[in-house]
Amino acid sequence: MSETILNVEGLTVDIPLGSGTLHAVRGIDFALKRGETLCIVGESGSGKSLTSLAVMGLLGKRIQVGAAKLEFEGRDLRSLTPRQMQALRGDRMAMIFQEPMTSLNPAYTIGDQLCEALQLHRRVSKAEAMAQAADLLGKVGITAAESRLQQYPHQLSGGLRQRVMIAMALMCEPDLIIADEPTTALDVTIQAQILRLLADLKREMNLALILVTHDLGVVARIADKVAVMYAGEIVESGTAKAIFDAPSHPYTRGLLDCIPVPGKTKPGEPLGSIPGIVPSLVGDVAGCAFRSRCALANDACSETIPKRTASGEHMYRCVHETLISEVA
Amino acid sequence: MSGKNKREAVLELTGITKTYQVKQGMFSKPQPLKALGGVSLRLYKKDVLGLVGESGCGKSTLAKILLGLENPTTGEVLVDGRQIGPADRQLLARRIQPIFQDPYSSLNPRKSIEEIVSLPLVVHKIGDSVSRQKAVTKMLDLVGLPERSRRGYPGQLSGGQRQRVAIARALVINPEIVICDEPTSALDVSIQSQILNLLADLREELGLTYLFISHNLAVVEHLATRVAVMYLGRIVEEAPAGELFAGPRHPYTKALLESVLTPDPSLSVPDIHLGAQYPNPISPPTGCHFHPRCAAARDVCSTTPPPHLQSATSQVDCHLFRKGADGRSLVPA
Repeated sequence: MSETILNVEGLTVDIPLGSGTLHAVRGIDFALKRGETLCIVGESGSGKSLTSLAVMGLLGKRIQVGAAKLEFEGRDLRSLTPRQMQALRGDRMAMIFQEPMTSLNPAYTIGDQLCEALQLHRRVSKAEAMAQAADLLGKVGITAAESRLQQYPHQLSGGLRQRVMIAMALMCEPDLIIADEPTTALDVTIQAQILRLLADLKREMNLALILVTHDLGVVARIADKVAVMYAGEIVESGTAKAIFDAPSHPYTRGLLDCIPVPGKTKPGEPLGSIPGIVPSLVGDVAGCAFRSRCALANDACSETIPKRTASGEHMYRCVHETLISEVA
Repeated sequence: MSGKNKREAVLELTGITKTYQVKQGMFSKPQPLKALGGVSLRLYKKDVLGLVGESGCGKSTLAKILLGLENPTTGEVLVDGRQIGPADRQLLARRIQPIFQDPYSSLNPRKSIEEIVSLPLVVHKIGDSVSRQKAVTKMLDLVGLPERSRRGYPGQLSGGQRQRVAIARALVINPEIVICDEPTSALDVSIQSQILNLLADLREELGLTYLFISHNLAVVEHLATRVAVMYLGRIVEEAPAGELFAGPRHPYTKALLESVLTPDPSLSVPDIHLGAQYPNPISPPTGCHFHPRCAAARDVCSTTPPPHLQSATSQVDCHLFRKGADGRSLVPA
């Protein structure tokens, strides 16, 4: 199936502050089909989490979300009332957060929390909902699911809690799951298991998955498509292969040079680094936001930055055209 | 142990155990939790010893004992061959300094950078205010912070800059050993590499010895000269970094290495067979603590604790190995 589930064009998120407006997300486009995994990668403050919250309609009233197009399953999310949005959330689109400890309610049992969304969105009895919950706990690899339903979050380990969060997101069999740093708080051994689980479930249930992360290792292993965000913009996007084999934006290249890669970087040798810090996004921002940290920056970088297309879906925003190397 | 090794080791731990009494319920009797079950480690001058393991394995308890923040239940801490007792905390602190994980909570927000960096000098009554100011200037320059930042406060700095302040504070009293407890895991990727490069440069320049605690094995491989792998309060394998990453012996080490996600889009997420969850340290599994999660476990593993095997360069606690005929190598059993 290749039906487009989510279509976002020109998404902006503006946060009014005392000192001006913080342009946290500055006009980004992406689209996602059923069965696809999109990884949004970026550092703190790049706007990647705000992007996912904006799609879910979870941002506060003070924060202004704008878009030329914000369509989910053909419906214009901009025109929905809060009540209609609530009906979609947890039903057709669901979210998995980073901290399974803080996003589960410590005062309710696992079973109660799993059933809540299903009972809210569907006419089912508590017993039916519990049966579905037990079934899903089994699916996410939790043994003795029946007895787990009676337990409270503090009785579970971090890895188990994250599995419960995933099961919770799946309760209404959504079409889109947004996972915001789902494995950052977990041990490396558990991280691999949770990522495998997400990848398997996505295939099995033919979902669309958006994974927000800062970990390039995770991105390479799980993404079909990648969007690299910097200072509220997508500076490069394309297939995982294109991004990792032929990174074209200086920021993407810099990021890839920063991480030690066993077998590639020599132990003890200095790692690459990106000097400087992310610029302030308060007030008017013109030109390329990366230019103050970029070794290739010139006068043209403070003008409007062209969007360049390499092969197929591979896009990057940079004044330098010659950077692109063809995907082998 | 041979006398030669002893001379080189700046820090030595022998048979360190730490037992906490924990209550599981309001009315239950306290039960012993063995956070460390006999850890022996040597830290050689100018080495970087990487300490890896899952959360709850005792890495941080070990760091606390080294810093004198906790006393071991049994076992000895030796600095330059001299035993350190509970009363020698000051002495320990002069030679061993920490850098913690989260630079947002490890710096006092109400103190200026100058006050933070010079505090160890004040505590140890080193120098007067003029020489302390000079020392701060030197440290800020060393860690790459601008001179003007000394009047600033932590709230005005970014995460990477804060971690530089934490490093300056740790180094201001010229320690020999620095305990780095996950020093970069709270930082962004581009900042992480700056801090790692700085730590590597400082070690070279000042002849420092690091105990580098991390869950990021790619970082450990990059920085460490030796690696110790901990599981449930014990060191299960220790070897020179090159040897351990090229040929891990313990099944747990293998599983940890397999779980490293290298940025290679042609690979998918690895299937590491560590099915069962991390065991409860209050009632650890019998025999080898790792056997319920071990794909290569044999009958003996569930009944008998594993042998402690030493080769010329490394050590491993595992039933799957035995000493070779030459007595210096380890071969599959």
